[in-house]
Amino acid sequence: MQTVTATLQALARGEVSSRELTADVLQRIERLDPLVRAFLTVTPEAALAAADEADRRRAAARRTGEPLPPLLGLPIAVKDVLSTRGIRTTCGSRILENYIPPFDATAVARLKAAGVVIVGKTNTDEFAMGSSTENSAYGVTHNPWDLERVPGGSSGGSAAAVAARMVPAALGTDTGGSVRQPASFCGVTGLKPTYGRVSRYGLIAYGSSLDTVGVLTQTAEDAALFLHLMAGQDPLDATSMDVPVPPPTLQRREDFRGLRIGVPREYFTEGIQPEVAAAVRAALDLMADLGATIREISLPHTEYAVPVYYLIAPAEASANLARFDGIRYGPREEAETMWGVFYRTRGRLFGPEVKRRIMLGTYALSAGYYDAYYGQAQKVRTLIKRDFERAFEEVDMIAAPVAPSTAFRIGEHTGDPLSMYLEDVFTLPANLAGVPGVSFPVGFDDISLPIGLQLMGPHFREDLILEAAHLYQQATDWHHHQPDPTEDEE
Amino acid sequence: MALTREEVIHIAQLARLELTEEEIARYREQLSDVLDYVARLQGLDTRDIPPTASVLPPRTVLREDEPRPGLPREEVLANAAETEAGQFKVPPVFGERG
Repeated sequence: MQTVTATLQALARGEVSSRELTADVLQRIERLDPLVRAFLTVTPEAALAAADEADRRRAAARRTGEPLPPLLGLPIAVKDVLSTRGIRTTCGSRILENYIPPFDATAVARLKAAGVVIVGKTNTDEFAMGSSTENSAYGVTHNPWDLERVPGGSSGGSAAAVAARMVPAALGTDTGGSVRQPASFCGVTGLKPTYGRVSRYGLIAYGSSLDTVGVLTQTAEDAALFLHLMAGQDPLDATSMDVPVPPPTLQRREDFRGLRIGVPREYFTEGIQPEVAAAVRAALDLMADLGATIREISLPHTEYAVPVYYLIAPAEASANLARFDGIRYGPREEAETMWGVFYRTRGRLFGPEVKRRIMLGTYALSAGYYDAYYGQAQKVRTLIKRDFERAFEEVDMIAAPVAPSTAFRIGEHTGDPLSMYLEDVFTLPANLAGVPGVSFPVGFDDISLPIGLQLMGPHFREDLILEAAHLYQQATDWHHHQPDPTEDEE
Repeated sequence: MALTREEVIHIAQLARLELTEEEIARYREQLSDVLDYVARLQGLDTRDIPPTASVLPPRTVLREDEPRPGLPREEVLANAAETEAGQFKVPPVFGERG
């Protein structure tokens, strides 16, 4: 499976048809997904029909000269928390086991208008709450680099599908690192846009002040094209901002000259795996060789990101998930009264992590505790946001590791939720501050697991961080390494 | 801070979650761990710091008040456990099913 850019060129030149491409994608899914388990739903018939339609359109355009949409015939996968009209959308939860959305998420609708062929929906931690996909009600996704390890999460299905080259691109969502961390664990490129850049309409809400729609691809160049097509104001999401949409292609600076990159000392703590720190440092050395000015900076409130996030996100989740009550969608656990239906449906059909976060958020918002927990967390969020504002007065972007370690073993953290939460320490600050981030591969540890680096930029400066990631990818080939999931088979 | 069993039950009631005895015991321990951990925020002086509810500049988004079609009723109702006469059907709010 080639990159998006290469695939689109092959389609445009007539070297391959969308049907051939889609059939190839479906075949790869059939062969590899029993091992990786990236997909919750695959839609072969609808995908092939959409591919045939794309091929017809392209053939007709050769005669008429009609302009074609930019992604015409490109197969992609979509994380199962994004609504897809007519395609089951479970959020990795039993409470939405059979839910068929009557509408498309705006990001999905815009990509469909741009011509994509949706081949299926990818696995996720239930309602995107998790860092490993182990919280999915439908089983864990396996990291294609080592099937005994997690792919990260919550967009672990999308990251694994792109890493195993089942699809050239997959949509994800990032509330606390859920695009960037699985991208890092799976050795792919993952973009989390600025909060407000891409409409959240149809993204089934987890933490509304933090949720963003992003994309996982092989390259920064591909992510830039997707961002261009998904971004922009939407009347259906009042938080989507009316700001100029970033360009479809990167400006192609020659090198890093003139770019100032800040490295926050708080991200190189004692707990970090030495190979991760070394690979990130080596990537920064290369950027310096290519002309970047690297400067140590401080984001002094970094250590508070985990406690702030694990109050604010659960508080927002406890309100957002109140809608799941067995009345309008999902299976119902019967009881004598309406209240009984609510308690029983929610108690039995939400998984353990979702219930944990709903309870945590309910507590943080409850009478007598609101000021001490939720109120205080919102104030400390201001301090974290100000750390970034100050940093961006000195530097153009911030570079940091994505996670303290490479992909951990399945089951390593499942007994101890707090230890899992601490895995998010490097990704949460960008969500709390609302800034964009891109994660991309910069090496491997000594057991051949990918290591990622993230660049974070000022609000609405995805162009800067994507361009820097692109320059790095022009000079290296880490992003071209691919796993062979069949290797582990006996 | 350690939550009591009664506090866990109270939170579950506020959140409309039916829990088993085993879940009550487990959440009591796990939520207490997390609350202990987040308590480190209490040490920060935030007297003059405004809260952040959204990272976006505060603004009001308006649109013309024009009617437009809603979602297709049949597709919406198709997801419900119980419907009647083109509407969602809710179990009795008070008392038992008649």
